[in-house]
Amino acid sequence: MTHYPYYPGCGLSPEGFGRAFDWSIKGVNKVLGLDFKEIPDWNCCGTVPYDTLHEEASFAICARNLALAEKMGGDLVAPCSSCYVFLSRTNQYLAQYSKVKKSVDEALAAGGLEYHGKVKVRKVLDVYVHDVGFDAIASKVKKNLAGLKVACYYGCQEVRPIFGRDHPENPKYMDKLVKALGADAVNFPFKSACCGGSLIISEEDASLELIKKLLDSAVSNGAEVMVTGCPLCQLNVDAYQSMVNRKYKTDYHLPVLFFTQLMGVAFGLDEKELGLKTSIVPAKKALAKFI
Amino acid sequence: MPEAKTTTFIDEICAIPGGEDIRVCIQCGTCTASCPNADRMEHTPSHLIAMARAGMRDEVLSSNGMWLCLSCYLCVVRCPRDIKITRLMHVLESLSARAGLNSRRTTTPIMYKGFNKYITNTGRISELWMMVGYYFRTGLLKAIGMLPVALSLFTHRRVSLKIDKMKPEGIKQLQAIIEKAESSGGAR
Amino acid sequence: MEPKIGVYICHCGSNIAGIVDCSKVTEFARSLPNVAVARDYKYMCSDPGQNLIKEDIKKLGLNRVVVASCSPRMHEPTFRRACQDAGLNQYLFEMANIREQCSWVHLDKDMATEKAKALVSAAVHRVALHEPLETKEVAMNPCTLVIGGGVAGIQAALEIADSGHKVYLLEKEPSIGGHMAMFDKTFPTLDCAACILTPKMTSVGQNRNIELLAYSELVELSGYIGNFKAKIRKKARYINAVKCTGCGRCSELCPTSLPNEFDCGLGQRKAIYISSPYAVPNKAIIDAKNCRHIKGLADGKDICRLCQKGIEKKGMPGCEADAIDFNQKDEIIEIEIGNIIVATGFQQFDPAKIYQLGYGRLNNVVTGLEFERLTNASGPTGGKVLLKDGSEPKSIAILHCIGSRDTNYHKYCSRVCCMYSLKFAHLLREKLPEASVYQLYIDMRCAGSGYEEFYERLQEEGVNFIRGKAGEVTDLTETPEEKGKLMVMVEDTLVRRKRRLPVDMVILSCALEPRPDTEQLARILTLSRKADGFFLEKHPKLDPVATTTDGVYVVGCCQSPKDIPDTVAQASAAAARVLALISMGKVEIEAAIAFIDEEKCSGCKICLDLCPYKAISFDEAKKVSRVNEALCKGCGTCVAACPSGAIKGRHFTTEEIMAEIEGVLA
Repeated sequence: MTHYPYYPGCGLSPEGFGRAFDWSIKGVNKVLGLDFKEIPDWNCCGTVPYDTLHEEASFAICARNLALAEKMGGDLVAPCSSCYVFLSRTNQYLAQYSKVKKSVDEALAAGGLEYHGKVKVRKVLDVYVHDVGFDAIASKVKKNLAGLKVACYYGCQEVRPIFGRDHPENPKYMDKLVKALGADAVNFPFKSACCGGSLIISEEDASLELIKKLLDSAVSNGAEVMVTGCPLCQLNVDAYQSMVNRKYKTDYHLPVLFFTQLMGVAFGLDEKELGLKTSIVPAKKALAKFI
Repeated sequence: MPEAKTTTFIDEICAIPGGEDIRVCIQCGTCTASCPNADRMEHTPSHLIAMARAGMRDEVLSSNGMWLCLSCYLCVVRCPRDIKITRLMHVLESLSARAGLNSRRTTTPIMYKGFNKYITNTGRISELWMMVGYYFRTGLLKAIGMLPVALSLFTHRRVSLKIDKMKPEGIKQLQAIIEKAESSGGAR
Repeated sequence: MEPKIGVYICHCGSNIAGIVDCSKVTEFARSLPNVAVARDYKYMCSDPGQNLIKEDIKKLGLNRVVVASCSPRMHEPTFRRACQDAGLNQYLFEMANIREQCSWVHLDKDMATEKAKALVSAAVHRVALHEPLETKEVAMNPCTLVIGGGVAGIQAALEIADSGHKVYLLEKEPSIGGHMAMFDKTFPTLDCAACILTPKMTSVGQNRNIELLAYSELVELSGYIGNFKAKIRKKARYINAVKCTGCGRCSELCPTSLPNEFDCGLGQRKAIYISSPYAVPNKAIIDAKNCRHIKGLADGKDICRLCQKGIEKKGMPGCEADAIDFNQKDEIIEIEIGNIIVATGFQQFDPAKIYQLGYGRLNNVVTGLEFERLTNASGPTGGKVLLKDGSEPKSIAILHCIGSRDTNYHKYCSRVCCMYSLKFAHLLREKLPEASVYQLYIDMRCAGSGYEEFYERLQEEGVNFIRGKAGEVTDLTETPEEKGKLMVMVEDTLVRRKRRLPVDMVILSCALEPRPDTEQLARILTLSRKADGFFLEKHPKLDPVATTTDGVYVVGCCQSPKDIPDTVAQASAAAARVLALISMGKVEIEAAIAFIDEEKCSGCKICLDLCPYKAISFDEAKKVSRVNEALCKGCGTCVAACPSGAIKGRHFTTEEIMAEIEGVLA
């Protein structure tokens, strides 16, 4: 069993909106023989709001998590795209700017911690694809998802800015994963376009327009289900789909799942364990053949 | 000793790590051409850069442009001068909020403030209570429109009334770290 | 004889004197051992400066000279000559670099002055031990090898050949002509590229002094300036070039159609073909990888051979000249030459690397070279600008800086794209007067004779200039009006608005980049490359066509992106350099080289592999290493590596170097 320190972040915490991502990761891990061990008492990465309004401390709060992970050893897995970007970015700035390093070292010392920059931050998809591999994943499939048409939605931060290991605009590894499960990855030119992110709250119109474009493209290309590896993408396209329908007079019912939920289905895991019912647009019909 | 140089706006930006990229922009507009929100901005990302370099401090800091940045990083991967434009937008937001000039034509700063309050107090974010706080501050009318979404999130167990908090010792440690970082002015 | 040293401190205007206190350094120099005279002067390299040295040598009987000024790369030859003019052996001179290594890199005046003193002291201690050395002369082979048959190579070859000297012109492709032969018109004069190039190509074919080695590659090079030996692979054409008349009948008979490289794959050619209508040599060639008969031979089958046999039923005879030779093999030949001109050109940047521009994914997104072929009367559409579906475009966007000025690809500006983009716009306005033409540029760079005027002309012709670099090209449309169009996303940075530009065709003005074989060629020729991958010239301003390998010159786009006028000028410059050497008939070689003491040499051969200039050979009879004095650059690698201390670097002896170090520390 391979161990990784694990940073669920607020979205995947027990009260978070992406809790089903956490459940399904754990379910899939059991099948794949991986162990993600939660960092004790982690804190929020701060993401964009903290970076913009508390820029002085934004690196330090990320570094606290990295320091805690460093004690555990191994690559840190951060499923949420935003957590992943901000934690990775902290590593980058610590290495690039001595003044950031100095400030962060001092701040961590005030909390009795130190960080030596040794933690590599990775995404779940990256770990599955590169450490486990498509063949090993395919070998665990119990219910081949043949015929299921899937739009792989990477979102922005899975592959950008530069931390990812796939093409920043035309990534392919989620598509390959979905194919390893037996399903079809449909052509989806918006696969790495933005869903509006957290601006869905403050700039609703702008974000709804972006979500509509995603739905237009996925559905017109025949997708029966969309999968993603980002909790915010999942939330936006799932929970705000009804608002898009109301605003644009459309009638979309595209289930949006975490890719780990789809893996779980193919691995024959229990629907409850995967939290399929937390999806607001029900996935039951699309997955009826497989569950 | 040479006379102390007056700090210009561009110096202010360059003092923040990542801000110094602003100097090498060639104004090609690739960022704007790639930005999903450019049409809604009063000033496009490259325009903000040009204005900042012209010393138009108040105009830049009171623009809504940077507050509409989605942090999608498309501009960053395409920029021919490898400028981390997303970071630059965050730097402008930071300076804008600090100067009290932030645009009234976007409620993003209010949302961000509410978000950050949770980090300082509990170490983690509660999506539900953050949204409640936001709509309380920006107008309940908008909140009514959001009710169906909120309700569906509830019924699907996507949000909780309960707040996921860190342990008291953890919060104390985090607060000590934040306090130290802020008192030393971060990396400036 | 007791050393009697003169020391001269140069101010270099304010370059040195602005930081270093030259009078203090001069004062200090006077106190050094064996120094008979020390002076400082505003410009030592000027005539009066040099005369100071000459007069002192004559009047005071100096037998050693030190000049503290700039880099030896700059003026060592100047001062050596001054010494020699005054009757002093040029190797009894030493230079201290107090500009690049001192005044230009330091801000603290006192410290810089101290450092300058130390550098002068080092030179004074060293020069005291210098020995007079004699340079040698070797005969110059008057034959020249020109590598690359584009416009640069053609120009250089013709100029040398026309003065009566033999030239081998080596070309990798089946025909000479290079990129220029593919162009339609040339900026800014709009001369037809073929009209001005083909006469030169024909001259090459007819010139008795030029031996054209088409479809051939350089494999190996040995020797040195004046006396190079080159091994060349003449690749099998499967055609007897003497017999072939270039009639083209074989192509008509050949059943295999393939994308034509000369048309960037937009048109077709056969497996046996003549590469272009104006090919030189005008001989057929067989594409062995795709020829049915040759592929069949591998399986022991005798198939096809229509080109040879003809088709009787249709009354079409096969090759009447009996020129087809399916059994032809590659051939290695060896030639001897005195000088080499490298004119290998560039390759076009592959825009498929920039995913968001859609090249290779979207129809009607074409490269600059593809457009050249589309608009060329000899091209696949007969010069009509057509879309994939055969219709005429109503709107065309020309996108500048694709792969250039972009840290993700090439940092440099490719220099020619603004101008060729303008040329494209003109051709479009001429051929499709109803169509809208957009130029999407960052900066218009039109520096050259008549270039800015050409820009103005295009403005007058009604081309739409949008100042902004395209961020994306997509076929994802949003409105009914956009349907079927290519959408170009751009910020019009002059009005500060993002625009969605619907067009029918997108032309990508791609960067010029080093050819993929540049590295291999650099190894064979011992050339250096710049950070951008192009060949490094000896000096960017004062010796722009020479290289650090004497006798090897670089011209045209293999040195850096440039337009045709600059390329031709460089080719002529290199030809002139070569002709000057040929008319000298001999070449002087540096005396500061390695010397092997045969008594001490153990024959371990360590030096052989280490020598970067292949200057050391092994004397099997005596079992000792030998230095080829013409090849050795005096780099000292072998000196440092020799385990038995048998190799001495003349002018860089251990004693001299130790004295120099002592001088710094004194």
